[in-house]
Amino acid sequence: MNGTTVTPDIKSIKDFVAFIRKDMKPRGKTPFTLFNMISVPVMLLGIALIIYRFIKGLASITNLSQDFPWGIWIGFDVMTGVAFAGGAYVLCFMVYVLRVEKYHAIVRATVLNGFLAYVFYAGALVLDLGRPWNIINPIIGNKFGLSSVLFLVAWHFLLYMIAEFVEISPAFAEWLGFKRVRTILNSLTLGAVIFGITLSTLHQSGLGALFLMAKAKIHPLWYSEFIPVLFFVSSIFAGLSMVIFEGTISHRVFGDQLDEEHLRSYDNIVIGLGRICAGAMFVYFFLKVLIFIHGKHWLILNTPMGYWYLTEVIGLVLIPCFMFLQAVRNRNLMLIRWAAVLTMLGIIINRLNISVIAFKWYAPVHYYPAFGEIITTLTVVFAEIWVFRWIVNRMPILREAPEWAREEKPEEETGRIIRMAK
Amino acid sequence: MIDRRKFLKVLGAGIGGIAGSTVLTPKVKAAEETGGSGKELVSVLVDTTRCIGCRSCEVACAEAHGLPVPEISDEANALAFEKQRQTSITQWEVVNRFKTEKGEVFVKKQCMHCNQPGCVAACLVKAMQKREEGPVTWDGNCMGCRYCMISCPFDIPKFEYYSWNPRIQKCNLCYERVKEGKQPACVEACPAEALTFGTRRQMVEEGKTRIYQNPDSYYHHIYGEYEVGGSSYIYLSAVPFEQIGFRTDLGTTSYPKFTTGFLYSVPVVLLLWPAFLLGVSQITKREEEIHGKGGKK
Repeated sequence: MNGTTVTPDIKSIKDFVAFIRKDMKPRGKTPFTLFNMISVPVMLLGIALIIYRFIKGLASITNLSQDFPWGIWIGFDVMTGVAFAGGAYVLCFMVYVLRVEKYHAIVRATVLNGFLAYVFYAGALVLDLGRPWNIINPIIGNKFGLSSVLFLVAWHFLLYMIAEFVEISPAFAEWLGFKRVRTILNSLTLGAVIFGITLSTLHQSGLGALFLMAKAKIHPLWYSEFIPVLFFVSSIFAGLSMVIFEGTISHRVFGDQLDEEHLRSYDNIVIGLGRICAGAMFVYFFLKVLIFIHGKHWLILNTPMGYWYLTEVIGLVLIPCFMFLQAVRNRNLMLIRWAAVLTMLGIIINRLNISVIAFKWYAPVHYYPAFGEIITTLTVVFAEIWVFRWIVNRMPILREAPEWAREEKPEEETGRIIRMAK
Repeated sequence: MIDRRKFLKVLGAGIGGIAGSTVLTPKVKAAEETGGSGKELVSVLVDTTRCIGCRSCEVACAEAHGLPVPEISDEANALAFEKQRQTSITQWEVVNRFKTEKGEVFVKKQCMHCNQPGCVAACLVKAMQKREEGPVTWDGNCMGCRYCMISCPFDIPKFEYYSWNPRIQKCNLCYERVKEGKQPACVEACPAEALTFGTRRQMVEEGKTRIYQNPDSYYHHIYGEYEVGGSSYIYLSAVPFEQIGFRTDLGTTSYPKFTTGFLYSVPVVLLLWPAFLLGVSQITKREEEIHGKGGKK
């Protein structure tokens, strides 16, 4: 596969259907890759479990209980998944608002990832709802629970998915060869970006605000009225670490789609992202320290929960923060990638702490995820990767846009990218 | 015209809210006595010094709401009191026995019917409602997100995990009876006058009167008068409340207040953030034009 897409000539619905049918076919050389061999059985099992769950109720495949109403479907799929999707709004801010051209090359892949993360991980919420058919109640009709943080989060998820779809839609138009549609969609980008950043600010923090009313149930080391701010700030480096991580894998898997300019500028992009991560993590750590000091929790620090807290804050925030700093100074890409992995682990632990682990830490019988919950979670993750792969293999996400869609003359563009890379 | 002071106040609250702080939000009026339309809130005063542990209230509750009726023979009661029970999807209320410094005490447990309930503020579809008479009730608009369970300081809402069409089960303070001016079933069934029903104003007064008249037989506190902003169920006890299974660390702030700071900040962020971003975008666009895009520089 080379760096350009073949633009189809679609003039009628018949052409459209024919093109979609042709493009539905798998693109890989062999279907028996390691990833497919693992993901397909897991997804089949996951789908069976999901069907069973909708017939027999939530307890049939989960360990949820009256004491632990939220498990990893919320704590991991939604809380962590959405934090990891934060890279989209941060990159959009830098590329479309600050106009830092350097990051332009990766903005599409990131937005696509963010969009799919919302569709799948926020979509996983439906599995967790006891009466999912009522999910339309807060959207339509007169059932507006305006005083609910969850109402806000639900609306923002919906609107943000639309905004991200608008942001990524020019790629769809380029794939289908819809030139005029692309021009219109392109003109909507800045609006969608600004709307999207605003929504992200509010719902990233809103996810944290959900736990404000669990005051008596969350361990004092984790509960704070500043949870929303912490969630927002941590979504910045969570999202960017995901971008670094995802980019590393994409480059391996889809390397043949990338042109030389992209590959040359890519190291600089990763180092730039690492620098922002380090900054955001330092701010986050500083906030954590302030909250800790004001909370006067010195004594609880010397308990098992205290050690766990230190593991999270020192081991999975401060240390990766220094790793990022060091790596940026030495231009050590390997170290940046390791720092990103540690950071992501820290985010997973943090979100799970607030929603599951430090939640009712005093309970005699604590929740742990059931086999069915883990399999369905993996199903959601794999399904997202499948769709991501399908789109990347067909649309100009990583590869360059088709000739007709480029705003500038190719030589100018190349010149600019090379200059940015320096 | 926008009142400037009011505007600044909203803005201030919003900025406070952005910081996630609840400092600028007004102090809660702890003991509210009236519901939405000025109607007096109803209340049940539970005097645990009078309760004999007969569990007649459990039977009456089950019968009134079509739940499985428990057996209340002496043997059945002895068995039931062996361990601490929680309310469940088939038991909207339970009576527990506590061994205290002043002997055995029986305590009825059910929804407290908070004046400003966390569960109601949590519900995004208004399935959980605070009725103007005082009861907190649940209905079928529910989408089963269980955020009410997360937000309830007393862990009262119970969810039917084994059903394809699950409901939340909890005490509704016999809303269907209270609406008609009748007493809740449990109050009517109590043979020991441990439960008294009336307006919240009356019940708080009644509780205080009992404490004043018999200062030695009561612990001088009415649980639920101020806890989490006050509730419709209020309790009297002979011993400190932690000895009979109550959480005394919940504070007097009503639960919805914990999120108001954040919620106030939402419209402010929605207005100011896009304006700020657009401004920045304009500046960077100019920069780009001045310094030239593409080849020339």
